[in-house]
Amino acid sequence: MSTNGMTNILIVGVGGQGVVLASNILCEVALRAGYDVKKSEIHGMSQRGGVVSSHVRFGDKVYSPLVANGQADAVLAFEVAEALRFAHEVKEGGRLFASVQKIKPPSGGGKKVVPYPEDAVERAINVCAGKVVPIEAEKIALELGNSRLTNTILLGALSTGIDIDDQIWLATIKSMVPPKTIDLNLQAFQRGKDVVK
Amino acid sequence: MSKNKALLFGNEAIAHGAREAGVYFASAYPGTPSTEILEIFSRFPGIFAKWSPNEKVALEVGIGACLTGTRTLVTMKHVGVNVAMDPLMTFTYTGVVGGFVLVSADDPEMHSSQNEQDNRIIAKFAKIPVFEPADSQEAHDFTMQAYDLSEKYNTPVMLRETTRIAHAKGLVELGEWREPIRGEGFERDTQRFVMMPNFARPRHSFVERRTLELAKFSDEWDGNILELKGKDIGVITDGVAYQYIRELLPDASFLKVGMPWPFPAGKARKLAEHVKRVIVVEELEPFLEEEATFAGLKVEGKKYFPREGELNLDKVAKGLYEANLGPKPAPPRTPADNVVNRPPVLCAGCPHRGIYMALKKVNADVYGDIGCYTLAALPPLNALHTCFCMGASIGNSIGASLASKDPKHPQIAVIGDGTFLHSGLTGLMDLVYSNANATVVIVDNSITAMTGGQDHPATGRDLMGNEAPVVNFERVIEAIGIKKITILDTYNYDKALEQLKESIEYEGPSVVIARRACALFPKKLRPSPYVVEADCNGCAACFRIGCPAIMPSDTEKTPKGLAKAVIDPNACTGCTLCSQVCPIDVIHPIHVEEEVKA
Repeated sequence: MSTNGMTNILIVGVGGQGVVLASNILCEVALRAGYDVKKSEIHGMSQRGGVVSSHVRFGDKVYSPLVANGQADAVLAFEVAEALRFAHEVKEGGRLFASVQKIKPPSGGGKKVVPYPEDAVERAINVCAGKVVPIEAEKIALELGNSRLTNTILLGALSTGIDIDDQIWLATIKSMVPPKTIDLNLQAFQRGKDVVK
Repeated sequence: MSKNKALLFGNEAIAHGAREAGVYFASAYPGTPSTEILEIFSRFPGIFAKWSPNEKVALEVGIGACLTGTRTLVTMKHVGVNVAMDPLMTFTYTGVVGGFVLVSADDPEMHSSQNEQDNRIIAKFAKIPVFEPADSQEAHDFTMQAYDLSEKYNTPVMLRETTRIAHAKGLVELGEWREPIRGEGFERDTQRFVMMPNFARPRHSFVERRTLELAKFSDEWDGNILELKGKDIGVITDGVAYQYIRELLPDASFLKVGMPWPFPAGKARKLAEHVKRVIVVEELEPFLEEEATFAGLKVEGKKYFPREGELNLDKVAKGLYEANLGPKPAPPRTPADNVVNRPPVLCAGCPHRGIYMALKKVNADVYGDIGCYTLAALPPLNALHTCFCMGASIGNSIGASLASKDPKHPQIAVIGDGTFLHSGLTGLMDLVYSNANATVVIVDNSITAMTGGQDHPATGRDLMGNEAPVVNFERVIEAIGIKKITILDTYNYDKALEQLKESIEYEGPSVVIARRACALFPKKLRPSPYVVEADCNGCAACFRIGCPAIMPSDTEKTPKGLAKAVIDPNACTGCTLCSQVCPIDVIHPIHVEEEVKA
């Protein structure tokens, strides 16, 4: 699904959700698959509940650390309003993997505040040039018994949109999660993949 | 992939490059996007690293280490170099003993800054050579080479990076660590190190000779890469801009500049001779464009590429089209409109919230400063009204008080503990000296919070993880001559408001220390959440304190149809402020009974 041998991924969410950790795992997977990799993200003020976006690009040789407008092979959104915000970044034929989790910003901003988009998935389908895949990641994580597994579930879904062998994903996850949680994380990864099927 | 290759941020790569170059001593003041360099460097064995209270002191400390013959690293953000300019402008005259590199981390697009100045210009102004890496590998390699350049040419060297280098990861091939280089100690040389007029004049001549030699070096250095390919178009570029234009024009000829000043004019001439047309692609100021023009070349740059903000593939493609050098870009994909905003907010449990609620209540003019507490300028608090630079608040409040026709109107400066130590003390002396009727509120959360929780001279710890002596705010403030000093607890709203009012009403200079530890550092507060009870009447008083843990409920409405408040138990820290402002007392701790038992 990549363009000219280059794969462009955006991982987005709200500060504190684990976007950076997920993009680190993706980078490691791409490295193990033998690619040149770059990633870029903004630190600083974003850790105060703001929007976080991490650009990951890999291929034979990566120049720009940023994905061009509307050129993402896949966008992985940890939060559904953020899925809507970045829906236009997906290229034709690409995919928007959207956790349906809602995180509402603090209220009280007066009358001019833009309301939270309750219909984010439907609106994202209209904006997105690719396919929108809603994922009930939180629900699946709770079924598996640990809300922290949402991260791995979402990566499982994302893996279906990236041309890298499953064995590399599984080995990377094994090496990057706490040893006691390996089995659960591998299950979570599979459940994420199953959502897309 | 070789064993010693790693995917590193530019800042990590600089720390590793410095360690491999044998840097022993490092000092800095934290500031985005520079902060991680010293945090990482400080964890390496066998070195010494410290935070200083501001960038000027960090540079002066670094100069002292350098004069002993020790290889030294000093890092800061772009605006920090303004603070350090005074010693820098003379350090360039004396030159170095041990190799010396100053990292300036610039922030085009102002992701986390108050301006987007281009510090290549400061390097030229100070007449020190500047290296500019275009990725993490170069950040590592240029750092190492900067030390050799520094010692060979007897000059401090600036390594200028930008946010997209500092906070972008790329593959880096790491080398061996060499033994850190510590000198034997300071050797006196009055004519070189005492910059009074008679001794400074010959040093200025030295600087001019050095500049000519550095210009020769720049033309020979293999970090300024001349890549002669297609004859139609030649590109002069540096930093991350190279990555965008190189991706878009793979067949063009390039001068990829790794050393913007002194500019490699000879290589630029060779490029111009090879091609029909030369364009310059660079972020912010037309620095390379002016240097190339001054070298007698006909080049085009800012005519097509923006002077403001960061570049990216789309902006560069648009410029190429306008310059008739590229295809018409597809119209930009339009984002969805009316997606909810997420402005940065004070955290749940933030100790700054209470004092701003009180400041809003007294409707004071609040001269602000730089830190997390600057966020109180935004809704719903709207309780901070200026922000210029580190330490500006106190001076601003003095001037406003002295110039105001209404001397009784409350003039308030708000400044954090770290910022007060950085640049507040001299302002406070002026407040005493001018006897202005202003109140300085030191919002003391006992950490440098905005940049991620760094220690400072009043936290009791140092960068190496050791215990450190503590600067005592009350005693310093008293010694400077403030007669009215009030210490208050921002989690106790009514009392804090009363104490603030009393301090404002005091005629003459006064200081309020609003003291509570940060909710995140050094330890994240453990949640002891509160809950809104069913008889909430939806009055929204608790929404107006701007806490991210409280929001209107989607499902629970009052009989009048107003949204009731709901608290996220995972975010609430139990600071109790919402409970204190609730007019009908329906916000209480969860598990009251269990707490009573405990």
